[in-house]
Amino acid sequence: MKKIFMLFVSAIFLISFTNPNANVILDKVDKNMSSKNRIFESEMIIHGRRTSRTITSISYSAGNKQSFIEYLSPAREQGTKMLKLENQLWIYSPSTDRIIQISGHMLRQSVMGSDLSYEDMMDDRKLNDIYTANVTGNETIDGRNTYVLELIAKVDNAAYHHQKIWVDTERFVPLKQEMFARSGQLLKRTTLSDVKQVQGRWFPMSMVYKDVLKDGNGTEFRITSAKFDQKIPDYIFTKAALKQ
Amino acid sequence: MIKFLIKGILRDKSRSLLPVIVVATGVFLTVFMSGFLKGIFNDIAELNAKFNTGHVKIMTRAYAENKDQVPNDLALMDVKKLLSQLKIDYPDMEWVKRIHTGGLIDVPDSFGETRGQGQTIVTAIDMLSPGTHEVERMNIKKSIAKGSLPVKQGEALISDEFAERFGVSLGDKVTLFGSTMNGSMMFNIFVVSGTLRFGNTILDRGAIFMDIRDAQLALDMDDAASEILGYFKVGVYDDIKAQQLQASFNTKYSLKDDEFSPQMFRLVEQEGLGDYLKLANSAGTIMVFIFVIAMSIVLWNTGLLGGLRRYSEFGVRLALGEEKKHIYKTTIYEAMLIGIIGSVIGTGMGLGAAYYMQTYGLDVSSITSNIGMMLPSVYRAEVTPSLFYLGFFPGVIATVLGSALAGFAIYKRKTSQLFHELEV
Repeated sequence: MKKIFMLFVSAIFLISFTNPNANVILDKVDKNMSSKNRIFESEMIIHGRRTSRTITSISYSAGNKQSFIEYLSPAREQGTKMLKLENQLWIYSPSTDRIIQISGHMLRQSVMGSDLSYEDMMDDRKLNDIYTANVTGNETIDGRNTYVLELIAKVDNAAYHHQKIWVDTERFVPLKQEMFARSGQLLKRTTLSDVKQVQGRWFPMSMVYKDVLKDGNGTEFRITSAKFDQKIPDYIFTKAALKQ
Repeated sequence: MIKFLIKGILRDKSRSLLPVIVVATGVFLTVFMSGFLKGIFNDIAELNAKFNTGHVKIMTRAYAENKDQVPNDLALMDVKKLLSQLKIDYPDMEWVKRIHTGGLIDVPDSFGETRGQGQTIVTAIDMLSPGTHEVERMNIKKSIAKGSLPVKQGEALISDEFAERFGVSLGDKVTLFGSTMNGSMMFNIFVVSGTLRFGNTILDRGAIFMDIRDAQLALDMDDAASEILGYFKVGVYDDIKAQQLQASFNTKYSLKDDEFSPQMFRLVEQEGLGDYLKLANSAGTIMVFIFVIAMSIVLWNTGLLGGLRRYSEFGVRLALGEEKKHIYKTTIYEAMLIGIIGSVIGTGMGLGAAYYMQTYGLDVSSITSNIGMMLPSVYRAEVTPSLFYLGFFPGVIATVLGSALAGFAIYKRKTSQLFHELEV
């Protein structure tokens, strides 16, 4: 009995020794994933049940409160722009020359038929600011060792009540994420890959989002160019920039 | 003997009047209520057929599996070709294409920015083609609260409640925002030609009705449609014909290994309408059953009262040597004649009342205005061939059964006591 008890205590000690504090892990993840500002050029490949299509865009973000996206192709989407300021989102349509504010229920709708919602796109906050974390174990993904973390929302306006994320133990980049509703229903699954070092940080250049409640084969998001801590003119984050 | 009994019934009103009134009233209620209930259930089913299910509906199998989400990315393609083939293959049907989608109506201010916004359900039907029956089928003209039907492309009707809430006037331009068939963002500006009030909460909250061509252009669905609905040209749903049609269509067009091939569904297979119509039929049968039981009890009671009143008569007849069996038999025959007379009168009255309600109906729009279900605003009865006999036989059976039960008292009379009872 004594031996079993000692083994149990040792195991707990070993786990707590080998797995650093969850908040420290999240902090390291946030340092990789968040930045003062960034400019991404990307392509989004949406795999529907019938067809697949590719949308290219350029996005500018400053902190987690300002972002601006301009869609570059295909022709149907070219010139469509989105602006996020604080908790507000506007979309500009060149065909109608109208700026529409998106709010409420619509924020949970899919962006351009992808597996991403407007809410997903808007939520750039650091994980440490939204969730409390616990390390629940270790797993291997594509030959990389990961910490498995369970995140539970500590703010009311989190897009997902809780998440499970697999964080690379060396690079501190999430390699997989599962997002859940309060009921425990799995809503979305994201796999992140092609992790590269960009300006001294590790960053996944390819992501696959899958809305599990939606048909189709998911949405691939590939970053073709990533620049961090650039000088972005202030006018970019104004409504006037939408019509330019 | 029949002649003798008829004479008795006609001459002795106190013997026949009450049972005839009771039977006639019961039969009247059964015939009328059956016709009215049948009419109500059929009205509800027909309303759903007009707005939603058609008598038959064609969708892709993939769309049908998720139809609550209105997945237009899985919609029917090559619709023109399919429609022209349907018209050749099934000339007894009228075929129409429809598009449904959801989104936002956005009302701009003078700077073109969002002033008001609300969720909407878009229904696109053929409004502008010459000879289209869609406007009439969906009762749109009568539902217009302000303005008029679209007369050209780019015009649409919006819910009156929405228009009032956001101060949208006739002729204003509003933007419909949603997703195209391919998932692209859809922005479509249209002019409000009129406002609609259906008396149905769901539709009145934020519906848009537009011409299908406008929807096809806006949603990148040039030769596509969410669904094709088929209506029997006679105007009434016939499940046997629908089954034959479905079998023929699905054999010809629906491919097992292609989830985007068209598949036909009958009215009764959609929205739980099959169970609903079964329930409607069961309700009619239950009503007749309850009527027979209730009427038998009432007429048993009437027979008992008659028996008491005719206590002396039966006594004299027994004293004169008439057999109990014969008296009992004549009572049954008499009851049969009363049942026939009462049932004929009741059936006539019931048919008359049902016909009146079929013609004029009962307007319940003031009661149903805040109900979310798709319900008709006027309920009408339906005179069907079954109404001619539905109440008749139960009326006769109930009268005979009532008299048969009451008539047992005849057998309890003892001849030895007759003269004492009759105070002779």
